[in-house]
Amino acid sequence: MMEKFAHWQTGTVLPPLHLPPLTLDTLKTYAIASGDHAEAHVDPDVARAMGFPHAFAHGLLTMAWLGRLLTDQAPAPLLKSYSVRFTALVFVGEELTCSAVVSGREADAEQVRFELDLQVVNGEGEVKLAGKATVSVPL
Amino acid sequence: MTEPSSAGAIQDPAALCKGIIGRRFPSAQAVVQKDHVRAFCEAIGETNPLYLDSAFARSEGYRDILVPPTYLFVVKFSVMNPANVLHELGLEGSAGKLLHAEQSFEYLVPVCAGDRLDFEERVADAYDKRNGALLFVALETRVTNSLQEHVLSIRHTEVVRMDA
Repeated sequence: MMEKFAHWQTGTVLPPLHLPPLTLDTLKTYAIASGDHAEAHVDPDVARAMGFPHAFAHGLLTMAWLGRLLTDQAPAPLLKSYSVRFTALVFVGEELTCSAVVSGREADAEQVRFELDLQVVNGEGEVKLAGKATVSVPL
Repeated sequence: MTEPSSAGAIQDPAALCKGIIGRRFPSAQAVVQKDHVRAFCEAIGETNPLYLDSAFARSEGYRDILVPPTYLFVVKFSVMNPANVLHELGLEGSAGKLLHAEQSFEYLVPVCAGDRLDFEERVADAYDKRNGALLFVALETRVTNSLQEHVLSIRHTEVVRMDA
C-alpha cells in the first residue's frame, strides 16, 4: 500500500481536478440526488430576487467534487478526516479547480499520516472553499 | 424561546445560544441504498468503481460498495434536514436565510451499501455575530452501525440570518 504514497512529501501537489463550467442542470441533478431542493440552488429567478447574481451550488456539492480528487488518490478507507470552510458562493457558469497539497507527514510503527491542505478556486482565483484532510496509510 | 424583535434580530442572542447548546434530537435510522449511492455518484461526476461496482468492491476486500466522503451528509439530510432542525430550535431556517459555513467529517469505520445506520444529532455550539443579526449553529451527528460501532462523525455550522 505504502508504495503508492512514497512520493508524498510535504509540498507535494496532488493532480488537480478541473471542472467544466457549472450548469443549472448539474445543480438540479444534485438537488434531486441530495434531497436539498432549496430554490436558490435551482431557480435563478429566486436567487436573483434574493440579491444573488445567479443560482448557486450547494456547498456540499463543491465539497463532493474535491472529495473525488481525494479518493482518486487515496481510497476512501484511508481518509480519516475531511473538513472545509465555505468561503464564497459558487454560481452557475463558474469554472472551478479543486486542489490538494501535502502539508505534513508523520510516521509511526503502524502508519504514515498525511495532512493535506485543500482549496477550490474559480477561474479568477477566488477561493470558494478551503479545508484540510487527513490520510492514514498503514505500513 | 426568544421572539424576534420588530427589527428582525433577536433580543438576547447570548441567552438564546446558551439555551440551545447541548440540545439533542431524536435519533433517526437509514439504510445505505446502492441505487441511491449510484445516483449520488452520477450527480457529482464520480466514476470510482469502489462506489459503483459491488463485484469490484468485494474483490478489494469490502462487503459491498463504499460511499463517497460526503455521501453520508446526504443520508443524514434525508432524516434530519438542517432547516427542520433549526426550526425545532425556534430559528427561522428558510432558503436564503440559511447558509452553510463549515462542514467536517471524521471517518472511523468504512461504511458500505446495506449498512443500517443510526444518526444522533446535538447542538455542539451556538454563537452570534453582529449583535444577533447572524446566528452560527454547529450541529454534530454521531453515526453508528448495527454493530454499535461509531463509524463517522459529521459536524456542520449553519449561519442563520436573523435580520433577513
